[in-house]
Amino acid sequence: MTRMVVNPITCAGHGICAELFPEWIQLDDWGYPIIDPRPIPKEFAAHAKRAMAACPTLALILRDERAGG
Amino acid sequence: MSTTTPAFEGAAIEPGVLPRLLPARPLRTIAGHVEHYGPVPQRTDALILEIERSGLKGHGGAGFPTGVKMQAVAQRRGSSVVVANGTEGEPASAKDKTLLSIAPHLVLDGAVLAGTAVGAREVVVCVDRAFPQIAEIVAAAIDERAARAVDPLPIRMEQAPHRYIAGEESALVAWLNGGDAKPGFVPPRPFEKGVGGRPTLVQNVETLAHVALIARFGAAWFRSLGTKADPGSALVTCTGGFARTGVSEIPLGISMPALFRATGTEISQVQAVLIGGYFGTWLPPDALDSVRLGSASLRTQDASFGCGVLFALPKDRCGLAESAHVTRWLADQNAGQCGPCVNGLDAIARAMAALVKGDRKGDAARHLDRWIDMVKGRGACKLPDGTARFVESSVRVFADEIRRHKRNGPCSACSAAPLFPLPRVGGWR
Repeated sequence: MTRMVVNPITCAGHGICAELFPEWIQLDDWGYPIIDPRPIPKEFAAHAKRAMAACPTLALILRDERAGG
Repeated sequence: MSTTTPAFEGAAIEPGVLPRLLPARPLRTIAGHVEHYGPVPQRTDALILEIERSGLKGHGGAGFPTGVKMQAVAQRRGSSVVVANGTEGEPASAKDKTLLSIAPHLVLDGAVLAGTAVGAREVVVCVDRAFPQIAEIVAAAIDERAARAVDPLPIRMEQAPHRYIAGEESALVAWLNGGDAKPGFVPPRPFEKGVGGRPTLVQNVETLAHVALIARFGAAWFRSLGTKADPGSALVTCTGGFARTGVSEIPLGISMPALFRATGTEISQVQAVLIGGYFGTWLPPDALDSVRLGSASLRTQDASFGCGVLFALPKDRCGLAESAHVTRWLADQNAGQCGPCVNGLDAIARAMAALVKGDRKGDAARHLDRWIDMVKGRGACKLPDGTARFVESSVRVFADEIRRHKRNGPCSACSAAPLFPLPRVGGWR
């Protein structure tokens, strides 16, 4: 299972992630990403990677969680 | 389970009796301290187990089980560090400063014992640099111990920045490592990689004082006060509208009416009590008759014991205005790191101020609930969550006050200077 989290310290609110991955990321009233906490389904894996790579501050993190971990 | 617990016959402090942590007169020399509490036990091999049996939970605010935290550090590879956290950034709290000034050696005993149990190479005691008289007492205690070579570990003291969130674990560790006292985005957590990159056990000073007593007298002795779920005693700071304010020691689980009697205060004299500090929860009048200072009872009010601050709001004060002052102060404590906190808490504080003025257009009320939900869990530390919790509780408990303000505008008590202490804070280094 993979979940996406944002490092709130490095995130500068560019908002590109929400444009590239709107199925999973919305912006709050101040332009900072709110990320769906659920595991990312396989069909969105490419979207997630693209959003991560496009972040100017590299604030998005994909966390792999093995079952039970 | 209790068979291996040391018997407490002959314990210097009788079971079931207070005070434990606050002797009647300050014990600042080793001689006076040992005369009162007895000598420090030499064996610490089973200490973590004994702490787990005691049910001791942290007294810094989060209430995390101390034994579990110690175990996590003990299991890491290499030598570790113990940080005795006496920074007590909570403005209304005075219990850690009181403890350090009355029983500094009890805290140091606990830090060294915990350090030995988790394989530490040194103990670092952190105090708030805005209180030099506390630092002086602690430094003198450390000097006397060093001169007599009583400890197997070196102890040093550091005077941390006078800031609310500087005492947060990861912030304190960052500062001890030479950086700003700002929270980090974890992992790694301090228990994995802390001071000097070593596994670090950060414990509140009161927690360590309890450790020193459990090491001496055992888990069963510790449990002879308090309840099954919340064993032992705790220091509380009663402030605001209590007839007698100050720090005292209570058995956990006592009823709120008992606490009011102990402070000579009538429940009918107060509007509400904020429990747990500025991240805390307001207890409304109808809860004050029934609630106990234990986790299960407090949970029914969405409250927790936190760092043991109880702030009574007198009848002649405006709960809404007082809460708005605290919200603004909390918003201003942000470290400038996380966007949702920097922007969100400021928006929430402005909405609270608008409610005080009457919020005629209804904008503040409309946005506030959404913003409270929006900031939760979105900072590196718990400042947004704690503030959200406080504001949520404020608008719930002072709902009638909000309606009155909407109808009539600010009330006559709104212009009073804040009753809550809202200190000016220093820099991050």
